[in-house]
Amino acid sequence: MSTVLAAGIDETINKNFETVSTAIQKVIFYSVKVAGVEFPLVVAWLFVAAIVFTIYFRGINFRGFKHAIQLVKGDYTRPDEVGEVSHFQALATAVSGTVGLGNIAGVAVAITLGGPGATFWMIVAGLLGMASKFTECTLGVKYRRENADGSVSGGPMFYLSRGLAEQGKAGLGKVLAAAFAVFCILGSLGGGNAFQSNQAFAQMRSVTGGDDGPLGGGASGVIFGLILAAFVGVVIIGGIKRIARVTDKLVPFMAVFYVSCCLIVLGANASAIPEAFRLIFAGAFSPEGVTGGIVGVLIVGVQRAAFSNEAGLGSAAIAHSAVQTNRPVTEGYVALLEPFIDTVVICTMTALTIVITGAYVNEGTEGVQLTSQAFETVLPWFPNALALAVVLFAFSTQLAWSYYGAKATAYLTNESRIADTIYKAVFLAFVVIGAASSLDVIIGFSDAMIFAMSIPNLIGVYLLMRVVKRELTEYEADLQSGVISKVDA
Amino acid sequence: VVDQDTEPEVVVVGVDGSEAGKRAAHFAGRHAREGGATLVVAYVVPWSQYAVQTIEDNERRPVTKERESREAHATIVDPLVEALSADGVKAEGVVRHGHPAETLCDIAEERRASHLLVGRIGQSRVRTLLFGSTPGNLIQIATVPVTVVP
Repeated sequence: MSTVLAAGIDETINKNFETVSTAIQKVIFYSVKVAGVEFPLVVAWLFVAAIVFTIYFRGINFRGFKHAIQLVKGDYTRPDEVGEVSHFQALATAVSGTVGLGNIAGVAVAITLGGPGATFWMIVAGLLGMASKFTECTLGVKYRRENADGSVSGGPMFYLSRGLAEQGKAGLGKVLAAAFAVFCILGSLGGGNAFQSNQAFAQMRSVTGGDDGPLGGGASGVIFGLILAAFVGVVIIGGIKRIARVTDKLVPFMAVFYVSCCLIVLGANASAIPEAFRLIFAGAFSPEGVTGGIVGVLIVGVQRAAFSNEAGLGSAAIAHSAVQTNRPVTEGYVALLEPFIDTVVICTMTALTIVITGAYVNEGTEGVQLTSQAFETVLPWFPNALALAVVLFAFSTQLAWSYYGAKATAYLTNESRIADTIYKAVFLAFVVIGAASSLDVIIGFSDAMIFAMSIPNLIGVYLLMRVVKRELTEYEADLQSGVISKVDA
Repeated sequence: VVDQDTEPEVVVVGVDGSEAGKRAAHFAGRHAREGGATLVVAYVVPWSQYAVQTIEDNERRPVTKERESREAHATIVDPLVEALSADGVKAEGVVRHGHPAETLCDIAEERRASHLLVGRIGQSRVRTLLFGSTPGNLIQIATVPVTVVP
């Protein structure tokens, strides 16, 4: 009897969660017909914003690249700033939170739905998204709050409420900040959490023998979820920061390891690289067998890029705002590197690996397993290493998002301790729900929640972009005139 | 170039809380007193801008840095400065964050010091091979004479 019950746990969770998820998706992904294709307005919203910021800041994503690298290297760090959070550290922390299953499994989802051409639109969205990230992270630093104890808090909640109040729109600012905080909490449960544990479990299950292996049973998702939740709980409730520190130190190495493995696979198939690029370009403009043709593939690409690099969602501004600088725009520069690293480099690597090995034509393989299969064709041991990397990426992304969610909860409840504990308990429950549910249900919910964040965030960013422009113009003038110059090493 | 006629001589000693650092400070103190020089007792909190931290560490960094400086003053630098002053040495303390050897050199340059002193803790060869040592680094990069006190 108990085995029958246990066998059904994953299924029951999945079914109930699916009902809720579908209802939410209908609202957020409200679509209009464009050229006969259902176009979700929220995707257009993000894409248009990235284009607007790129034009408004005269291509800061490209012309600011070199200066961003100089800032990260510490070329402009004054001696009195040493010992505070450096640009490199703020970027590294934000990247640790951003690089996750979106880069590995999300790309596979994009190629399954949109074909190789989705890669092209992901890269375009990544390049344009750099301008969105520049804008929101500059605001994050500009309107951050120094707390009574000397620590700093920043992010959309603060620039929406404080920034708009400065423009005489305090009421609107409060509403937008509260809406953002609510969506941020929900987003932290979806893409930042459930999706991560879902795909970590999928990969662990597949390397341990799939359906016939030890993780093949009907309750194994729950069990895996509980174990992962225990680790997350030890850090976020138990306060064992050491685990978080070790993880954050490992993530950059894992990312380098992952990209190296991609390069090995690409190297082994070097002669097929031109054909892969042809497929990506051809597929971007005249896709075959993709629902909705060019518009369809564009939607998929833009959606998965935003899911991975979070540009326009506002989440990264929370992590970036801890930096030590008296010129907020410097962190904007540094932040624009994030979508570049995340999407233009890492996601493209995953995509090329999947396209070049032809793994995407296999029917019935989805998400992380597709990526894993692509690697396996060249590196037979890779699925095991990927399982390890995936769990680590999932874990670090979950820790980062639990922090974002906790900050949003604190903002809404005036730093209530009880609310904080409740939020964290719910967060842990979603670690389990994610592992127990199926990918399509989880990704639908995760997308909806994450994209919802962009609605209040970008309204505010549009209203505040003049402030960023002023900061940028002043800063550029100071660079030109030498008021700001490199600090001699 | 230090103008000996107008500016009093300054000597910098790097300390790290160890017995060796203390010995170096007292050794430096004797020489400073004899030569009428000012002794700067410097402690560098090891810090790299490339060390990866968690978000929460970042958020609390201003508080943590403040605390690290305060503690270094209270437990290491200030007691030494007091003891040296009691011995009649013109001593002052400074705490900075950064790479120990590089920061000691920076301090020496800023103060136009004529001399840098450090203790050595006698770490194992393996450790020195892996991580280097502050006296070792100093000798390579210092622009003023360095004395290592055993």
